[in-house]
Amino acid sequence: MLIDLRGYGWMLVEGLWVTLLVGLSALAVAIVLGLAAAAAKLSGRRWLQVLAGLYTTVIRGIPELLLLLIVFYGTPTLIQSLAARWGWDMVIDFDPFVAGVLTLGFIYGAFATEVFRGAFQAVPVGQIEAARACGMSSRLTLRRIVLPQVWRFALPGLGNVWLILIKATALVSVIQLDELMRKAYIAMGATKLPFNFFLVASFLYLGITVVSMALQYRLEVWSNRGVRRA
Amino acid sequence: MDFDIIVTSLPKLVDGLGVTVQLTGLALIIGICIAVPLALLRVSKNPLLWMPVYLYAFYFRGTPLLVQLFLVYYGAGQFREALQDVGLWTLFREAWFCALLTLTLNTAAYTVEILRGAIQAVPAGEIEAARACGMSRGLLYRRIILPKAARIALPAYGNEVIFLFQATSIVSIITIMDLTGVARVIVARTFDVYEIYITAGLMYLAVTYGIVGVFKLVERRIYRHMRPRRETSAAPQLAGQAG
Repeated sequence: MLIDLRGYGWMLVEGLWVTLLVGLSALAVAIVLGLAAAAAKLSGRRWLQVLAGLYTTVIRGIPELLLLLIVFYGTPTLIQSLAARWGWDMVIDFDPFVAGVLTLGFIYGAFATEVFRGAFQAVPVGQIEAARACGMSSRLTLRRIVLPQVWRFALPGLGNVWLILIKATALVSVIQLDELMRKAYIAMGATKLPFNFFLVASFLYLGITVVSMALQYRLEVWSNRGVRRA
Repeated sequence: MDFDIIVTSLPKLVDGLGVTVQLTGLALIIGICIAVPLALLRVSKNPLLWMPVYLYAFYFRGTPLLVQLFLVYYGAGQFREALQDVGLWTLFREAWFCALLTLTLNTAAYTVEILRGAIQAVPAGEIEAARACGMSRGLLYRRIILPKAARIALPAYGNEVIFLFQATSIVSIITIMDLTGVARVIVARTFDVYEIYITAGLMYLAVTYGIVGVFKLVERRIYRHMRPRRETSAAPQLAGQAG
């Protein structure tokens, strides 16, 4: 081994696994929330638009770390104080994994919303009109015409959201979840070799980025295979 | 909700916001001073010049800011003696210096790529025209390419400013009393989790949208030659209704 890890390398590999798990779960949450909020923004109903607008505006204006602290420490406190008002005495502890996934999903859902909104609007109006003219209901149009293309238009933006999200998973170490950063931190405490561990951790993140970019490129080629190019 | 605690801790939170703004501002100023020359190297055709800049930008854009921060703050300890020998240890011992260094290197990396894109987006015709007028390389960059690139880069740079402003919150992890740091200390002392964190969040929100507003104003001003002359000639709305 080029860099001396004193036999703690396996810990980083374990951490990498948790990081990927948190990242992918949060991405799933973000996609669901993003689709829902984008649909709300395009729904034409005033209160839904206001709600979705508030969501994206507020989330994108507050740092991830602070939101993570609010969700992880704030939610149990809120529930407990509400319960106390009704005369119940309860202690709630959030699982760091669940809190991390929900918070990251909630934050990046706001970013995914804008991606999906753009993608929905990128579907040519003529195709939708044509589908309606063929007698498709709006639900069928959505399923057969709009959604299959939304993925194609959304893919570059979603790739960006994923790259930012996977880097943000490092913040989850603050709430004691044993992902890559925290494992590196623990290993540092045991070996007194902080530079080695954080350097290797950073290369592991870089590896995720490189692999993700390659995958994204393949996916984009695949999803654009039906597009005619001049 | 306990409003008294918000009012009594407001001065401390404002102090914290000051630290946040100070770190953001310094990192942005130093960062752009580094980024402009690096971006010029980045667009050069010589691989010996652009490759190192590319790798630097790739590393800092591809890894979390937190790992970079720890690499500098904790990592420096591993080279304590070497740093003491060259007299840099007094700097690296300070969390504030490590935070500023990391934030600067991080924002410079993003800014290099923004500027690269902008320089490459300068229309070839304008460069050819400048050359045909007999401009030297230096004059070409000073009069044509850089002013045009700055204009093209502005919206993306505005996003970077907002990104950095929010990213500074992680310096609280290495004991700096920025807005998030102050909020965490007050919460640890009073257990008023919601009141304090939400107040801090609203302060971030206000400054963020303040920055957005400033960039909108600047953009309005520098793109005013591209605005339609009359209100009636506004571009037609593209209204794609789905579902």
